Amino acid sequence: MQAPDDADRRLLRHLQASCDLSIPDLAEKAGLTPATVARRLSKLERSGVIQGYEARIDYHVLGYEVEVSLRVTLDKTQTNAFDMFIAAARKIPEVDEIQTFLGRVDVRLNVLARDMAHYQQIYRTRILTLPHISDIEALMLLSTVKNSEGLPL
Amino acid sequence: MSEPSAELDDKDRQILRELWRDARQTAQKLGEICGLSQPATWRRIKRLETLGVLGARRVRLDNEALGFGVTVFLGVKLATKGQVSLDDFERAVTAIPEVQLVQLVLGLYDYRLRVVARDLPDFERVLRRRIMTLPGVGNVEANVLLSEERRPGPIGA
Repeated sequence: MQAPDDADRRLLRHLQASCDLSIPDLAEKAGLTPATVARRLSKLERSGVIQGYEARIDYHVLGYEVEVSLRVTLDKTQTNAFDMFIAAARKIPEVDEIQTFLGRVDVRLNVLARDMAHYQQIYRTRILTLPHISDIEALMLLSTVKNSEGLPL
Repeated sequence: MSEPSAELDDKDRQILRELWRDARQTAQKLGEICGLSQPATWRRIKRLETLGVLGARRVRLDNEALGFGVTVFLGVKLATKGQVSLDDFERAVTAIPEVQLVQLVLGLYDYRLRVVARDLPDFERVLRRRIMTLPGVGNVEANVLLSEERRPGPIGA
């Protein structure tokens, strides 16, 4: 695979900022011709540099007021603790992110709930029953100050 | 339990799930998947956008192919607190290009940050020169991201 060059990076920078730009708009911003933009985009998609396009779902609008980041330490004396924990966590619909880490935290789950009563119910009946947990810490989201998800290209 | 602010039916949820997975699908293709006509699908998409449930689309990139091999989550505790220090910290931290996400949280830390870097030495540079020098910063915990899986969330059920 050919590494993305400067023009690719410029293109991706604008695409990151707004996914809804048309090819002529992108071309103008990146200083390329529309034909070049179309060709480069399809190449970046084929090579997997662009993995896809996704729509955000705003759960706040759907009445989910509570978002908690659960930082889980697993009992690693169990050989397949990670696999079993993650497989079980996938079955909880209110979990929208599962991340694994190298550090003091093993796994992080992002949990969405309608309100504190709902959160408590999920926590007691779904989270605490997950296998091989040795410790859990919760960070409750107060506000998102920045969410760019963009790379500094 | 509070009532949901926007009532969605199964077809709405299916459309949301599909667009969450691949935002480039046309109303016609979505209609075929959901068993709706193209105009009916289009009207539902517009309604979901108007309600604000269907948010902005974004491109998903292969960080590693673009030279960003390392993602680290930081838990940051401020040494001093007060409205001024929160504002100062937030203003300075959001200006760092490598910082993708800044969340004010309640718990063991005050802020959660998502930071991208080229590699571990590059991350160390960002940590030492940009993060540790932020106004009011106290204790910092770093966890290196190994894998990440996003799920559609409650509408996926």
